[in-house]
Amino acid sequence: MTDHNDPMAEIKASFFIECEELLESLQDGLQEMDEGSEDPETINVVFRAVHSIKGGAGAFGLEELVRFAHRYETVLDEVRAHRLDADSEAHKLFFAAADHLSDLVRASRDDLPMPVAESDRLLTSLEALLGDLPDEEVRPEDFEPLGVTLSLDLPDLSDMEAADGTGETDHDAPAEAAGDGWIIRFKPEAELFDTGNEPQMLIRNLCALGEATVTCDLSDLPSLDRLAPETPYLCWTISLSTTSDEGELREVFEFVDGLCELSIRRAGAAPLEAAGQARTLEIAPPPATPAAVPAPEAAPPQSAPALTDAAPPPVEDGADTPARKSKETGAKSVVRVDLERIERLVNLVGELVINQAMLSQSLGEAGLSPHSDAMNGLEEFQRLTRDIQDSVMMIRAQPVKSLFQRMSRIVRESSAAVRKDVRLVTEGESTEVDKTVIERLADPLTHMIRNSVDHGLESPDSRRAAGKPPQGTVRLTAAHRSGRVVIEVSDDGGGIDRKKVHQVAISKGLVPPDLPLSDNEIDNLLFLPGFSTASQVSSLSGRGVGMDVVKTSIQSLGGRISIQSERGRGTTFSISLPLTLAVLDGMVVNVAGETLVLPLNVVVETLSLGPDDVQMLRPGAHVVRVRGGFVPLYDLGVMLGYRPARDTHQGAIVLLISLDDGNRAALVIDAIQDQRQVVIKGLDDSFYRAPGIAAATILGDGQIALILDPADIIAAEGPLRGAELALTQGV
Amino acid sequence: MSLTVLAVDDSRTMRDMIRMALLPAGFTVHVAEDGIDGLEVLDGIEPDAIITDINMPRMDGFGFIDAVRAQERRRGVPILVLTTESAPEMKSRARQAGATGWIVKPFDPTKLVKALQMVAG
Repeated sequence: MTDHNDPMAEIKASFFIECEELLESLQDGLQEMDEGSEDPETINVVFRAVHSIKGGAGAFGLEELVRFAHRYETVLDEVRAHRLDADSEAHKLFFAAADHLSDLVRASRDDLPMPVAESDRLLTSLEALLGDLPDEEVRPEDFEPLGVTLSLDLPDLSDMEAADGTGETDHDAPAEAAGDGWIIRFKPEAELFDTGNEPQMLIRNLCALGEATVTCDLSDLPSLDRLAPETPYLCWTISLSTTSDEGELREVFEFVDGLCELSIRRAGAAPLEAAGQARTLEIAPPPATPAAVPAPEAAPPQSAPALTDAAPPPVEDGADTPARKSKETGAKSVVRVDLERIERLVNLVGELVINQAMLSQSLGEAGLSPHSDAMNGLEEFQRLTRDIQDSVMMIRAQPVKSLFQRMSRIVRESSAAVRKDVRLVTEGESTEVDKTVIERLADPLTHMIRNSVDHGLESPDSRRAAGKPPQGTVRLTAAHRSGRVVIEVSDDGGGIDRKKVHQVAISKGLVPPDLPLSDNEIDNLLFLPGFSTASQVSSLSGRGVGMDVVKTSIQSLGGRISIQSERGRGTTFSISLPLTLAVLDGMVVNVAGETLVLPLNVVVETLSLGPDDVQMLRPGAHVVRVRGGFVPLYDLGVMLGYRPARDTHQGAIVLLISLDDGNRAALVIDAIQDQRQVVIKGLDDSFYRAPGIAAATILGDGQIALILDPADIIAAEGPLRGAELALTQGV
Repeated sequence: MSLTVLAVDDSRTMRDMIRMALLPAGFTVHVAEDGIDGLEVLDGIEPDAIITDINMPRMDGFGFIDAVRAQERRRGVPILVLTTESAPEMKSRARQAGATGWIVKPFDPTKLVKALQMVAG
């Protein structure tokens, strides 16, 4: 059903969202178990997650999901009860089952065919864990998700309401006066009233099974002056003609077992036990209304105390209603909002930022005094705009946890595919990133993780030979660093074989054979399109879609990727991303008459060039002296093709920027115009992707300006040569 | 018959379903996410009946029923256990804790209404 007004469809949609959360805690719990957690709550969480998925799935008739969850849960329950000691092999199986459960959830959500064969395979393996346990403790097959929709152990009173046509019953309607005769004697004890039960209800339920005659025995009832208010004195005898068997009769009293005297026997020759001053009530099953049915009210002393407590006080719909309403919404107030609405809000805030910039500009140009009311108001307006914007961005921010969890599955699957033993360690899962960034990170990250498992880590044998533990580690971390999010994928594998990489690059004609390259430059060859060093093409990483694709995806997010690698010790890929794809703190600069925006966070320092500051290494390659060291100098105007190279940079302004690899570079510009927030407007695909141009923005005066990615421009400029590099090191 | 019901379940889906089952019958439904939350919500209301799940974090259904029954004035409030569990020992534990009845999930909305009317009516 896809009817938008169907409340059931809505709940179902919310169920699938809840499933994702439950699957997340399932993963977390399994992870903790696998790491040796002894906390009983850990297995409880794991169990509950599967249990809750089963419960919800049952409500929507998702049979395969119920079937799998139920049997998975049964095995987990054995672990919970300490009847099954799960080793690391069992944990692997639990992980695989959790992955499969998540597949089933998604298949159910998207109406895809159910991978039943895989369910069966996993269930067989899971239940094999229970091999030694006695059969009666495990009953994986006895759960019927849809058979009886309600097995209310309080028997159904539907028979009684059948008269008005609304009643339905799980058991056959009592045959007209047919069936066996039963004599039921029932004497409540005081404790019965403590469980919220009352004789009236039980008798009524019993009567619903057939045709009954109820007799109340008042013989124990003392005179009023000796009446103990909390002692029950009454005893009922019910003579019942019904098709139900003894078990069904006993079920009526299931919840008061031990709380009453109960005898059930077939009506035979033996007459009713003598009942002193018995009163007999005729109970006709169908039309009985609750008020008219049984006797208890006729005997106030017996039930008075308990029932008075029990009786709900009259419901006043007046004074306490608001309080109730507020409670009703639940303890935590969470609102689910369509992402589209948030996008719209983000766009509007973007417009607001532009609007505010325009206003600032025109007020500034109007030459108002900075102390004027208008300027003060503007300042407040700016502050509010920024607050609103931060708040809106916070709505979209999400912890990277869900993303990381998906990666643990990738590690499990990919390590199994290449027969390596790999452990994934994650850090900084609570780091929040814009939701759109998270979504678009999944593919590149998947590729990087696979790459680490497949190419980064050595085989267990080579690891042993190298004196390392046979189990490899892939580390996935996230952290906020100076206004950006840095996500790192590192492995403790063999590191990049630079000699080999260099040779491959030369043999493929990607670099000229005689160009000496630094280690870092060789590492970066991995990002060249079509590069692959795997001597065998594995099914996992494949060939062709290599790190170049990863790099492109990261760049399209306004991010950068870099590599650090140490032979024998491992490789780390770092992705650095903007916190949001919507706004940027920028420095607005002028270069050759053009207005450009640079991300403010990369600008470390601004310098004005003196006559002797710049030195030429060779034509076209300059360095600038910065406090005793040298930094390579790049003229933005030349790099972007706005003007030819100049002989002197004297008087120009230089921005010292930091690069991801820790090095610095100096960019020559003409003037700094402003520092302000700009709204990032992506350049769509119809534009040719020019290196170094990240996006565009609209400035306060309505002018469009390009947003630059300085690191990308410098990378495009080509590497400094060895000797030049040596000169700039240590700055 | 309009009743005030407290539903305690850690699954949002279940809470939604219970609400959806009971609101059309004119019931007032209060919800809570686990036993502890349930006790807090209970503080401010006078329900005619309580529905509770068993498997919940922080305080499970058994603990919750125990705690409700420990309150003198709540001793007679019917408590229905709504759970996927059907093992006899579970039922017996719930009964010892003071549960009134037992409903196995998944439940039929109309029957849930009837069950509540039956125990609380």
